[in-house]
Amino acid sequence: MEVLRKQLEYSPVNSKEALQLRPVVADGGGQAPGWLAPRNLLRALAPVLVLVIWNVLSVSGIISQRLFPSPLTVLQALWDLVVTGQLKSALAASLARGVIGLVIGVTLGIAAGTLAGLTRIGDQLLDSSFQIVRAIPFIAVVPLFVLWFGIDEKPKIILIALACIFPAYVNTYSGVRHVDPKLVESARLFGLRGIRLVIQIVLPSALPPILVGIRYSMSTALLALIVAEQLNSQNGIGTIILTANSALRIDIMIAGILIYAALGVLIDIGMRVVERRSMPWK
Amino acid sequence: MAQTHEDLVVDLKSVSKHFGGQVILDAVDLQIRRGEFVVLLGASGSGKTTLLRMLSSLDHANSGEVRVTDSSTVVFQEPRLAPFHRVWRNVLMGLKGDQRNKAKALAALDEVGLAEKAFSWPKRLSGGEAQRVALARALVRTPRLLLADEPFAALDALTRIRMQWLVQALWREHTPAVLLVTHDVEEAVLLADRILILKEGRLAVDIQVEVQRPRRAGEAFAQLTEYLLGELGVSKEGDPLNSAVPHRPGSPAVSSQAVA
Ligand SMILES: Nc1ncnc2c1ncn2[C@@H]1O[C@H](COP(=O)(O)OP(=O)(O)OP(=O)(O)O)[C@@H](O)[C@H]1O
Ligand SMILES: [Mg+2]
Repeated sequence: MEVLRKQLEYSPVNSKEALQLRPVVADGGGQAPGWLAPRNLLRALAPVLVLVIWNVLSVSGIISQRLFPSPLTVLQALWDLVVTGQLKSALAASLARGVIGLVIGVTLGIAAGTLAGLTRIGDQLLDSSFQIVRAIPFIAVVPLFVLWFGIDEKPKIILIALACIFPAYVNTYSGVRHVDPKLVESARLFGLRGIRLVIQIVLPSALPPILVGIRYSMSTALLALIVAEQLNSQNGIGTIILTANSALRIDIMIAGILIYAALGVLIDIGMRVVERRSMPWK
Repeated sequence: MAQTHEDLVVDLKSVSKHFGGQVILDAVDLQIRRGEFVVLLGASGSGKTTLLRMLSSLDHANSGEVRVTDSSTVVFQEPRLAPFHRVWRNVLMGLKGDQRNKAKALAALDEVGLAEKAFSWPKRLSGGEAQRVALARALVRTPRLLLADEPFAALDALTRIRMQWLVQALWREHTPAVLLVTHDVEEAVLLADRILILKEGRLAVDIQVEVQRPRRAGEAFAQLTEYLLGELGVSKEGDPLNSAVPHRPGSPAVSSQAVA
């Protein structure tokens, strides 16, 4: 008895220390820190510093202004592209071929992924072929495509479609394979069969991975677009860069590259918005 | 009892089922009449789910004759709602043409007390609410046979009692035959016209429950509960940890849910 009481007295559960409560801090309703929060300023420090140094070196003539035009010169070139309307028409041409190729590739990828993921015959028929296609880097076939399809729009669109078909395929495939079998079983029991089952249950269930697949497809489509536009083209961002290249206008070349970069960022932001908005049930 | 053919919603003749070498159902005969409320009890692994899946044609017998009304529907242990369809659309899942009627879905939701959740997403529902949606989804099909596999097992005790009363009320209103699987002997005694116990592949117990409805705790209730527990291999003196039926510690043989 004596021993027991001692234990009780000195056991940590009984000590004052153990009873100290940790405060749970309210998160203030999840407000994001402002743009000018210290950590955001810190993050911007290095890039801004690089730009400033680059500008100083270029303007003072320490590095060649011709080869390394200052950031301000590049900005000026970009502005010129905007006011002359070159940017607008180039962007329209590039986006058109990018979007057409993307839609074709993604549609084929999702359709094939659904077929292969859901049916045994589709799996046997398609999956190995897709794995083979994946093994071939799309950039490697560019010269072949030029021989086969010429140098107009056709090889460019085919190249873009080919590049983005696989990400759409593989994500759809695994998405439809991982649909909750219990949900499918009961949906069948309640009378959903065949194409109605696919449209009403399977594809919505697989939507998150499908959207991820589309996002990947878009980034590879952009890569394919850039490569495709290195071929002889009459219009597009690539043409701006190629023309500037032969005129040694490096400021315009950098401006073109910045446009490509901006496209990539916009695609990513856009897809994230779509992913959030298209699934209100989450 | 003379049973004409039209009276039956389930007619099993000498139905057997085995998985590998394991015999689950051994020449089971079972007939369920229209409007009958049947509760199926049995130890875990005794084959209750297997039998129910067979009746909902999700599984097939190895031998024997299975005849079930084509107007049957199922409520599972989990609600199994499509998360990307709003509640009312889940209620109408799979229906076509005239059957696919929004007003009917809303009416069914009203009957289970969920009219105001009709346009919610399933993820926003509590467990009990989701299971009531599953019930509305069954109801809207006006089934002649309702199959339910432990539909309340995942719910808390209070919600479970409410659901038991709801099911009873809906059954009285719409008079489908019900085959309800449960582990809860008191639930069986509260709800059933007829109680079956599946043991070693056979229906070892098949009794009518004569206790008057609405049922309240009483001598007859207690006796029946004790008898069923005995048949399930659980005696009052027995060690609850070794018994085949989950025993809720601290609850007497007849719990308050019968008094509610
Ligand atoms: N698809 C299957 N393949 C092999 N064995 C199975 C299969 N389905 C069920 N079984 C076996 O059949 C037996 C009965 O299973 P069943 O699910 O019908 O039991 P139950 O009475 O519903 O049990 P519980 O009360 O735990 O839900 C179990 O031993 C189980 O392992
Ligand atoms: Mg079961």
